[in-house]
Amino acid sequence: MLELAATQGQTVQADTELAASPLAIRGLTVSYGEKPAVFSVDMTVPAGAMTAIIGPNGAGKSTLLKAALGIVTPLSGRVRVFGKPLKEQLARVAYVPQRASIDWDFPTRVIDVVLMGLYRELGLLGRVRPRHRDRALGCLRRVGMEEFAGRQIGQLSGGQQQRVFLARALAQGADLYLLDEPFAGVDAATEKAIIAVLKELKQAGKTVVVVHHDLATVTDYFDHVFLINTRKVAEGPVTRTFTVENLQAAYGGRLTLAQLDQLPQSAV
Amino acid sequence: MLADALLLNLGYNATLVAIGATLLGISAGGTGTFLFLRKRALVSDAISHATLPGVGLAFIVMVALGGDGRNLIGLLAGSAVSAWVGLLCLSWLTRRTRLAEDAAIGAVLSVFFGFGIVLLTVIQTMGSGRQAGLESFLLGATAGMLRADALVIALGGALALALIVLLRRPLTLVAFDPDYATARGLPVHRLDLALMGLVMAVTVVGLKIVGLILIVALLIIPPVAARFWTERAGTVALLAGLFGGLSGYVGAAVSAAAPGLPTGPIIVLVSFAIFALSLLFAPGRGVLAALLRHLRYRRRVHLRQGLLALAQDQPIYERLTLRLLARAGLARPDGVPTGAGRARAAKALRDEARWADLRADPEHEAAAALYDGLRDIETVLTRDQIAEIDRRLGGPQEVTP
Repeated sequence: MLELAATQGQTVQADTELAASPLAIRGLTVSYGEKPAVFSVDMTVPAGAMTAIIGPNGAGKSTLLKAALGIVTPLSGRVRVFGKPLKEQLARVAYVPQRASIDWDFPTRVIDVVLMGLYRELGLLGRVRPRHRDRALGCLRRVGMEEFAGRQIGQLSGGQQQRVFLARALAQGADLYLLDEPFAGVDAATEKAIIAVLKELKQAGKTVVVVHHDLATVTDYFDHVFLINTRKVAEGPVTRTFTVENLQAAYGGRLTLAQLDQLPQSAV
Repeated sequence: MLADALLLNLGYNATLVAIGATLLGISAGGTGTFLFLRKRALVSDAISHATLPGVGLAFIVMVALGGDGRNLIGLLAGSAVSAWVGLLCLSWLTRRTRLAEDAAIGAVLSVFFGFGIVLLTVIQTMGSGRQAGLESFLLGATAGMLRADALVIALGGALALALIVLLRRPLTLVAFDPDYATARGLPVHRLDLALMGLVMAVTVVGLKIVGLILIVALLIIPPVAARFWTERAGTVALLAGLFGGLSGYVGAAVSAAAPGLPTGPIIVLVSFAIFALSLLFAPGRGVLAALLRHLRYRRRVHLRQGLLALAQDQPIYERLTLRLLARAGLARPDGVPTGAGRARAAKALRDEARWADLRADPEHEAAAALYDGLRDIETVLTRDQIAEIDRRLGGPQEVTP
């Protein structure tokens, strides 16, 4: 009897957790061919915080994000966005893909890319009106790219392209932002601009999840970390979870001494 | 004669063909744009070749049922069914096996085309088949075109075009960034199928005029030509429709003016002419514009190098540099700088020092990223900022007694 009550209590708690979290994942397994990229992962993203997904190359960081967004189909597992299936919450989720996945010679200008963020509002035949254009320009201003609005996207530097994709996500006006390696291969000015915008979003009560690779900046940028190496290694506030033991558990022998030296003292 | 043809003065049949070919060109150009942007242009080749067995089978079925085997709507319906089957084979091969799309296209294209040719040969031996003229579907034949045929083409083309206009936004989004489109909840796979369906519709409608072998040209060449003129997907589609329509119209008129010339191939050649003109003369992406840009850039590099050499009293060996300096009035042909040359050289050297200072300063990272060895420093810094750098550098511009 007592045992039953205890298990029921646990279920109730898990359900409220699922409902409260902007992104809750349970038992997620994704496999390319017959090798799992992500195996039975649970993740509960805290609301109004910045969470980093950290792990070695090939640990399933991007796959986890893509499965959460329905871009890859998981073998098993459940994803809840603000307590509901993703399909009912599409408008509240914004995604910034990895730069590498884009054809930069595509005939589209910076402003057109940002207007793609307004796709749901424009619909199939709606005209792009001045207020749409103004909103897109406002988003470009926030990432410091307004003067490039008329350029073809291939004429920008890598960092500038990344900022344009962030502006597209901003235009959507979402509550949950998922970014795949936004700081990979960008210049310092871009990194500064992006992190400033992300902190603004957090201030406005939005939730931000970032696939991140630079261990040195984790404590500066993020509140929460999620360590993964196919399986979940650890998850929690940076101060408690971003420890050398956890990092070694996630990276194994791949965590070099040089990387350990870069870590801020709090982690060591 | 050609003028008459262009003004649709060459009689009933020629007018029908011209109108049909124009509409076909417009819808093929518009549809082809999204295929081209999705980087699946060659899929249209597989689709068009996969229409042939359907034509043959439809003929056999219609004759067996006691009807007229040459009924255009029946033949087109048959070709649409077999093209759809070919498309499903292609999509299954690429999704479910490890075959890459190009290999799958080759397999589907040749097998369906081979089967179609076998059917046509069999039909030749049938009693009612000799006069069927089904070979005309290979390269198109417009001589015997009827009003009903023209109507079918016009309606089919207009319908495909209307759907393209309706779906342009999601199709562009899927072509540009399929992952993002999925994350936004777009049905990417179904949109791809819809696009293929439209390509199929245009192909089937175009069988009578251009034929299945050359319809690919009408789907691919206009968007590729249009791409030279603009950096916007919507404008590419509009221009491709325009180029396609123009090709259809002019091609039909030319072949009407010279009855010995086949309509389909002439239309394709006209569209190629538009492509060639675009390739050469389009501003920005055209070959000539790129060449001019390169020459201008080379001149600036040589002038800059020459000025820096003058400023440091180094000899100039490059004859082009000397010639350019002389023509700009900065140096004599033997390499001795003029007064103006001396001043410009000193400024160039000073600017190099200013840039070096700027690039060492992390405060100016954004401006420093613009350094290419040629850019005037005045275009990235205000006069005050330059004065600030000059103060740091010290130097001859402030002569203190």
